[in-house]
Order: sequence, then C-alpha cells, then structure tokens
Amino acid sequence: MAGTNGFSVSGYGPQQRSTMSRLMARDSVVRRLDWPILLSAVALSMIGAALVYSATRNRTELNQGDPYYFLFRHLLNTGIGFALMIGTIWLGHRTLRTAVPILYGISVFLVLLVLTPLGATVNGAHAWIIIGGGFSLQPSEFVKITIILGMAMLLAARVDAGDREFPDHRTVMQALGLAAVPMMVVMLMPDLGSVMVMVMIVLGVLLSSGASNRWVLGLIGVGAAGAVAVWQLGVLDDYQIARFAAFANPALDPAGVGYNTNQARIAIGSGGLTGSGLFHGSQTTGQFVPEQQTDFVFTVAGEELGFVGAGAIVLLLGILLWRACRIARETTELYGTIVAAGIIAWFAFQAFENIGMTLGIMPVAGLPLPFVSYGGSSMFAVWVAVGLLQSIRVQRPMSA
Amino acid sequence: MTNIPETGRTPRVQIRLIVLQILVLSLLLTLGGRLWYLQIRNGDEYAKEASGNHVQQVVTPAVRGSILDARGVPIADNETRLVVSASRTDLMKMEDDGKGVLTKLAGVLGMAPKEVEEKVRLCDAKTPQPCWNGSPYQPIPITDEATPKQALQIRERGEDFPGITAEPTAVRRYAGPGNSNTAQVLGYLSPVTDAEIEKAKDTESPYLRSDQVGRSGLERTYDQQLRGKAGVTRYEVDNLGRVIGRAKSDKAEPGANVVTSIDARVQSVAEYELNEAMKAARHEFDKNTNENYKADSGAVVVMEAKTGRVVAMASNPSYDPNAWVGGISGKDYAKLTGKNSNYPLLNRAIQGQAAPGSIFKVVPTTAAVNAGYPFNGNYDCSSSYSIGSQVFKNFESKGYGPISLGRALEVSCDTVFYRLAHEEWKKDGGLKGHKDTQDWFYKTAKQFGLGKETGIDLPNEVTGRIPDRQWKQRFWKANKDAWCKAGKKDGDYVQRLSYENCLEGNLMRAGDAVNYSIGQGDTLVTPIQMASIYAAISNGGTLHAPEVGKAIVSADGKQVQEIEPKVNGKLPMTAKTRDEIDGALAGVATRGTAAWRFGGWPQDKIPMHAKTGTAEVYGKQTTSWFATYTKDYSIVMTISQGGTGSGASGPAVRKIYDAIYGLDSSGKQDLKKALLPEPQKALPKIESDGSIDSPKIKPYEPNKEEPPAQQELAAGLPTSTFTRRD
Repeated sequence: MAGTNGFSVSGYGPQQRSTMSRLMARDSVVRRLDWPILLSAVALSMIGAALVYSATRNRTELNQGDPYYFLFRHLLNTGIGFALMIGTIWLGHRTLRTAVPILYGISVFLVLLVLTPLGATVNGAHAWIIIGGGFSLQPSEFVKITIILGMAMLLAARVDAGDREFPDHRTVMQALGLAAVPMMVVMLMPDLGSVMVMVMIVLGVLLSSGASNRWVLGLIGVGAAGAVAVWQLGVLDDYQIARFAAFANPALDPAGVGYNTNQARIAIGSGGLTGSGLFHGSQTTGQFVPEQQTDFVFTVAGEELGFVGAGAIVLLLGILLWRACRIARETTELYGTIVAAGIIAWFAFQAFENIGMTLGIMPVAGLPLPFVSYGGSSMFAVWVAVGLLQSIRVQRPMSA
Repeated sequence: MTNIPETGRTPRVQIRLIVLQILVLSLLLTLGGRLWYLQIRNGDEYAKEASGNHVQQVVTPAVRGSILDARGVPIADNETRLVVSASRTDLMKMEDDGKGVLTKLAGVLGMAPKEVEEKVRLCDAKTPQPCWNGSPYQPIPITDEATPKQALQIRERGEDFPGITAEPTAVRRYAGPGNSNTAQVLGYLSPVTDAEIEKAKDTESPYLRSDQVGRSGLERTYDQQLRGKAGVTRYEVDNLGRVIGRAKSDKAEPGANVVTSIDARVQSVAEYELNEAMKAARHEFDKNTNENYKADSGAVVVMEAKTGRVVAMASNPSYDPNAWVGGISGKDYAKLTGKNSNYPLLNRAIQGQAAPGSIFKVVPTTAAVNAGYPFNGNYDCSSSYSIGSQVFKNFESKGYGPISLGRALEVSCDTVFYRLAHEEWKKDGGLKGHKDTQDWFYKTAKQFGLGKETGIDLPNEVTGRIPDRQWKQRFWKANKDAWCKAGKKDGDYVQRLSYENCLEGNLMRAGDAVNYSIGQGDTLVTPIQMASIYAAISNGGTLHAPEVGKAIVSADGKQVQEIEPKVNGKLPMTAKTRDEIDGALAGVATRGTAAWRFGGWPQDKIPMHAKTGTAEVYGKQTTSWFATYTKDYSIVMTISQGGTGSGASGPAVRKIYDAIYGLDSSGKQDLKKALLPEPQKALPKIESDGSIDSPKIKPYEPNKEEPPAQQELAAGLPTSTFTRRD
C-alpha cells in the first residue's frame, strides 16, 4: 500500500523518506487520517460480522450447509471495502474529481443494465445484476456515490474557482438533472428505498452547496408532491403499498405484511438491557424475522446484545457522522464540503430508515444498515465513502 | 492544488452544515429514544411475546389418583399398559411424511395401515373421526393394548421405527375388588372438550388438551384432587415448528388418592343381594297385573348411621366401568345410553325417585305428634275411611280398632294417617287453604330433608318431591294447558284425571292430602334421602349430608385431608318422640310387617328397626321399599316393580346385615366372619412412601340357607298379609 507518492499531498513532502517514517511523520497520511471514523467503521463491520453469523449459522437453506458461509463473505466484503477505501484515499477525492464523468457514466450504465434481462429481482425490487458464482451487484449503491460526486463537481466548480460565492440557478438545474437520470431508472426497478436515500443525498448536497433557499425549500416541496403523486398514480407496486399500510398499522395483518415489523419489534423488545447473549436469541435462532442478515440485521443486535449492544451500534454511527460533519465544516473547498455532506445525508438517512423500520417508526424499505448488513455492493459503497471522507480530511489545506 | 483560493467559508454554508449536523444528531437521538422505549420500558412485554412465539409445550399427563375403599382397597386405580405412540413432529420430517414407518408399524401391531394413518392425522373441519384432536407436538397414541412382544419389536428396531415409542403408560382401571362393581358411584372419565378447556382457561386448574375428565360419580366430584398437575416440557421451536432447544419445564405432580367410606366387601354383598332379590322378584306372580314382577331396577344404600357416610351404594342395572377406559366404542355407548338400555349409567340410589309408600310413615307420625296428637293416643284403625263419596281403604280392608301411633307404624295402618291428614287438611282451610295454613304434614317432610338434595358428594342428585300447596300451584300452571286439552269428563281413567286436574289441579284436594299422608300420590323420594332419615332416627336425630369421600391423601402420603361428616340439620322431633318411634320401628322388625323377615335375629344384641313400604305407581307394578337401621347402620333398599317391601327387599337386606355382623341364618354371630361389625373409623395405613396398605379381600360367598320360619308374632297377623302389603 505504500505508493510512491500518492499518500503525501503534493507540496507537503518534497523529499523522499522511508515508508515507515513517512507514515509516522506529523504530516503523514496515517497521522492525518480521521481515526474515529475509521475505527467506528471497522467496529461496525465486525459487529456486523458477528450478527450476520448469528443470523445465518443455522439457516441451512441459505448457507448451503456451511455455517460460516455468510460470515466468511461478510469479512471478505469488509476486506474488499477496506481496500477500496485505501485506494480511494490513495487516489484522492480531487483526482477522482476529474474521473467523475466516467464514473458517473459507468454507474448509470450499470443501473440501466438492471432493466435488461441481466437484471434480477430480489424481494420485489428488480435491482440486482447476477454476475455468477454466487455474486451479484446492486448498482444503485454505486449510483449514490456518483450522484454525490457528480453534483459536487458541478456545484463546486465555479465556487471553488472563485468565480462565484454560490452556485447559480443554471448549475443547480444541471446538477439536479444529473441526479434525476439514474434516480428515474432506480425508481423504475422499483427500488424505492434507494430513491428515498438519493432524494436525501440531493437535499444534503444542495443544502451544503449554498444554493439558494428557494432551491432547498422547493426541492422539499417537490419531494413531498412527488411522494403524493407516486402514491396517487399507482407507480408503487402492491407490496410497497402494503408495507406502508403495515407501517401505519402494524396489527393490520400480523401473519402477512405486518409480520416483518411485528416480529422485528418482538425480537428487539425482548432483548431488554443486555440481550439474550450472542447466538442465544430465540427469535433469531427460530428465524422468526425475515431478511435478518441483511435489512433486518439490527434485530439480531437488539435481541442478542440488548440495549447495550444496539445502542453501541447507534453510538458508533453517531461518532462516524459527527466526525464527518466536522470534516465537512473544516475543509475549505466547497467540493469536499459537498461530498462530505452528501455522504452524511446518505449514511444518516439510510441508517435512520433501516433501524427505524425495525423499531417501527419508519415504513419498511429494503435498505441495508451501513457496514453492518450483509451485502457486497453496499459494503463496497460505504467503504468508498469512508475513503472519500478520509481523503477530504487528509487533503484539506493545513492551517498555515 | 495548493493554489486553491482561501475563499473562506461563507456563513450560509457554515450555518447550513450546522443545521445538517443537528438534523443528524436528532435522528440518532430519536433512534436511541425509541430503542430505550422498546427494550427497557416495554422489554418485559416483548420478552413474553417472544417466548409465546417460539415455545411449544409437550404435556406429560399426571398419574390420576386412586379411589380407595375405607380400608385402603383400591376400587379405581391405574394399570400399566404398553402404549405405542407416534411423534408427528418426527414423522413429518420424513420424505414420505412417515407413511412407510406407519405401514411397517401397522404390520407389527396387526392393524390395517389405514387405521394407523387415521389415528395420527390431525382433526380439522374436513377430517372426520378417527383423528387426533390434541396438540401436534404431543405423541399420539396408536394403541394402548400392545403386547410386550410387539413393544419389544418396536423398541429393539428403533432405527426402523423413527418417531415411534412403545412405553408403559398408566391407564385407568376399575379393579372391582371382591367382585364389587361400584360403577355408578365411581363414575367414569372421558376426554376433555373444547368448551371445558375454554371455560377453565383462567381458573386455578386449567385443563390440558390431553386431559381425561371425571364425568360422573366420584371421578367427577373429586376430579380436581384426583387429576393432579400435568407436567409440561417446553420446547423452543423455530418459525417452522422444528425443535431447537428445551426451555423451563415442570414435572408432573400425581393426583391425590381419595379414601372413601365404601367397604368393597359390603359393596359386593349389597350388589349381589340386590341383584338376587330382583331375580327372585321376577319369579313372583303379581296378582294385580296377572304377570310376574318385572323388577326392572333397584337400589340399595348402606349408611353409617352416626356419620352419614356411605358404606355401600348399589344401583341395578349396572355396567362395567372399564368400558370407558381408552375411549368408549359407539356400540358400548349405545348399550349404556340407548332407549332400550334401561339407563345403567343412572345411580338410582341418588337419581331414582319414587313414591315411598309406608316407609314414609315416620314423617306423618312425627307431624301428628308435632301438631299436638299424642303418640300414645287412641286412633281408629278402621278398615276404610270415607271422604264424601270417596272411600280410602286400609290395606286389604283390615281393621285394628283404636291403636296408638306406634302400633299404627308397626302394622302400617293407613286409615289412622288418613284420618289425621284429613283433619289437618280441614283445619288448614281445605281445598284452597286459608291465610295461615299449618301444613304440618308437608312442613315436617321438608324438615326431614325431603324435596331437596341431601348434598351427597356425588353429582346430579335429584330432589324428590313434596306435593304441598305451592307445588300443586306451580305444577298446575306448567301443565294445565296439556291437561285441559287431553281431559274428558267421561273418558278413560287418564282422561278423567286430566279433566279433574284441568279444573282444580292447583287445589289441595282432600284426597291429595290423604294419599300423601301414606307416601303415595305425587310424593317422590330417593333411596339416599330415606337412608339418611332412618340413619338420623337411629343416631338421635341428626340429619347428615351423606358422604362417600372420607379423606384426600396426597400422592406422597404427607398431606391427609379428612372429610368430616356434614350435618344438614336435626329431625323435628323431641327425644321422647324419637324413642317412641324407635320403639315402634323395633316392633316392626319383631312383631310388625317385617317380623317374618327377621326370624332368628339377635334382637337383644343388635336391635333391628325396620319399616316396609309398598308404593303404588299408576300403570306399573308396586315399588318395594325396605328401610332399616341398627345402632350403627341404616340400610334402605328399593326395587321398582318388585312387589312388597318385606317380600322383595326383605331377604336381601337381612343378608346384607348378616354379612356385616357375621350372623348365620339362625342369628348366631361369628365375629371372625363379620365384615364390618363396627363402622371403619380409622383411615387406612399410609406408608412413608405414600402408598396405602390394602388388605386382601375375598369375594362374597352368599349364605344359601334361608333363615328359620318367622318368630312368633305378637300381633298374630296372618302371614298372607305380609306377602302382599305392609
């Protein structure tokens, strides 16, 4: 991982030093990394590994007889994600800035690919591409990143160049258009959860870009109107409407649509203060909660680790987001601020929606819990995002 | 890139970033708060719901307690049978849902494969019996009559019979010690119904799906004590019902044993002699109907006079209580309850009611004394008594001239009581009665405990009936429409009766009052009521609520809860009156209507008191009643359509006494042969392990010898009189 020059910001390390001393130097990348974020992300991934293992070790119909199947893959995904983070830091978010159009193009292409016969349907959402060998890809996860990067690139261009104080209307419209294209496709899948996250990302990006209040408020208005329109025009599938109905009234059909939320809440509620102990949750062992290694992984924490463990997950997410907010505020270039804010909006909303649905305060939407849920695409995407945050911090101008 | 201009952050962006940070913080706080609410505040509730989710219970039935006789001889206990059961949970895991195993099993058990399959299928709306009505997690019994060889085959080849068990299991057995049967007193068990489970759900002793419930007799009265508490093994299951672990389990607590006051030996004698008496009656010719007596049913009660405890209670026809064990077959059930069955399930000692005839006369005697007629006054025992155009005849128009009430009891003179009843009826205002009627004869009957349950510890006792003015009114209201419709002034007897009843069935006619005074008319009593009345006369006047249960002994023998005799009240008579009646009843046995049945009886050692009764029932042959007591026991026997009291029931009652006291036919007592010369006071000995000592008992050997010819009769009544009517 010791690149020749990638880790040191140009202008700060002119002379060659030994790898070790460069890593340990006051201005070194390693020293400048945001360790709380990194450690939180690693901790969340490891907790996730334990929870995924607990949820899947007995599920012979899923794990093909190997109790470690999901554990191994989760760790592998985490490793790959970690490598992607290092790569992202190594490249630097500014370098990536130049590649944004390409990345954006690739991600939109992949999303479109889902609509072709190559796409596969899981849980009612046609959001996957089956690669083969048991691997699959969920392009909407990567689109989240490219939307952030693309919009940030457009919105920050003239501001960072010093031309303007705030992005003008034209730029804002361009940026919105850039986000709208993949969002429409994802909407068609339909992967409503991801669309909701993307809307929040767009909001976070606009908010942090300094775009006029009218845009921000307007977008909120359009979002609300859009939600009503979607509901009224019947764009939603029956299963999605049923999920919302079950959210509004969980007792509606406890054996049917309300089943997930009901069982999830029983699992979490029965955990109490310290939980039943890892691998000892009866709800988990009894497989009463569906999708427990992915979307409902938080219920395992709730039941087996109790308020202490589940609270720790929320706390770790809080540390990560808190530090990310600091990065967004401390970086002086708008591009970095916008990227960080987009990531914050993404993580915050996705975590809130995911945990909230298991706690019965949000409707059920198929979204993974960042770092914790089993799932390659999501894991890669969130680690790349961590890489971006680190890069923004590492590359921010030091106060002279 | 170092030349990026230090634009400085515009306040707008900075403020918005803080807004974003606050938003993020509030989202996370919301999650934390909700988490606290669910896990800490409502955690217990959800924990409960979770355990309900994934715990399945398997019930180990408690061994039902035994029912023992007074000396500890089990009359209802459990025997071990080899029960072959199938676990549905295991069968359903197999690829063919266990079909192969069941077919193999059918081969071993010698059953048809279809029969076995039907036993393990679950009952639902579309599945007719046979099917399994219990929990699918419960092992389902396929047969309880497996031979040891079959059981061994199944157990030794366990790998061939996965999910099949052959276990010795406790099954109810009615042992019938000493050839006793005691069927109606013991009652029977049958599986609990859904409605009962629902009803008992929130009570102290809820039912389990597998429970057998006492349906009648002692099994029902003491069901709760006998049943014990079933053990529950709780298995954790997953969402598909597969067992994944074991949760907290409760061990089965065996039911308590119930010690009764029944003496199996006396019971056996009573049953045998009742049956013999009925058989004998069927050989007797009834001059009134010109055919032999039918003797269709009968009952006998042997009661401890001082406590009201029941020593023996037999009802005929009877049945084998073991027919219910392991589920009764449709054929057997029809035999026990069908129209032509003569209802052997009825316990006629407490559920059979009939007019008492002359054994009732102790009541009007007491009533007369209480109304102010001196016991030793002179009352005209004329051959008949006329009220208007109606003539009420004494039995066989026999007259005795002026006699005392005591003598009237001895010779069972009807006209004495007719006259008294008519006089009282007139005093009370006749037909309609005036404001303050005394109704001595009715009031006294009620004070004797007639017209209501005695409160015996057996279910579904009937009340009998005292046809007083209030009852007549109620009865008329309920029936007048039917009477008025059917009645005809010049029709046959029934039509004329209906006609009369329609007009004035609500009124107390002189004839009603007169008929009632000798235990006829609408009067109804049960054998148990009469037994407790005669026991009360014996013991000095205390009416007990009869009891069969004597003590409840916990399975480990550590807790013994005695059931004390219960007092219902006092007979409404002074000690003097009691002594006078007692004397008269002794006279019945020595020189009155029952004397010819007590030839050779050692009256000086064991004073015998008796009263005979022959009740007329319209359209049927006469009911035989015989009520007796000594200082320790009272025995009442009745035979429906059996003839006279002393004629049909006399010998049987005498033989029961002979067996109890160890008397031979000449009246010589051999205490070694006596079954129970004194009532059994002590409870059977309980061993430290909870088991109860039970003496061996021999079947009853009836004494075929007839007692010697009757004693000399002081009154010198011709024998023929006794053979027909008392």
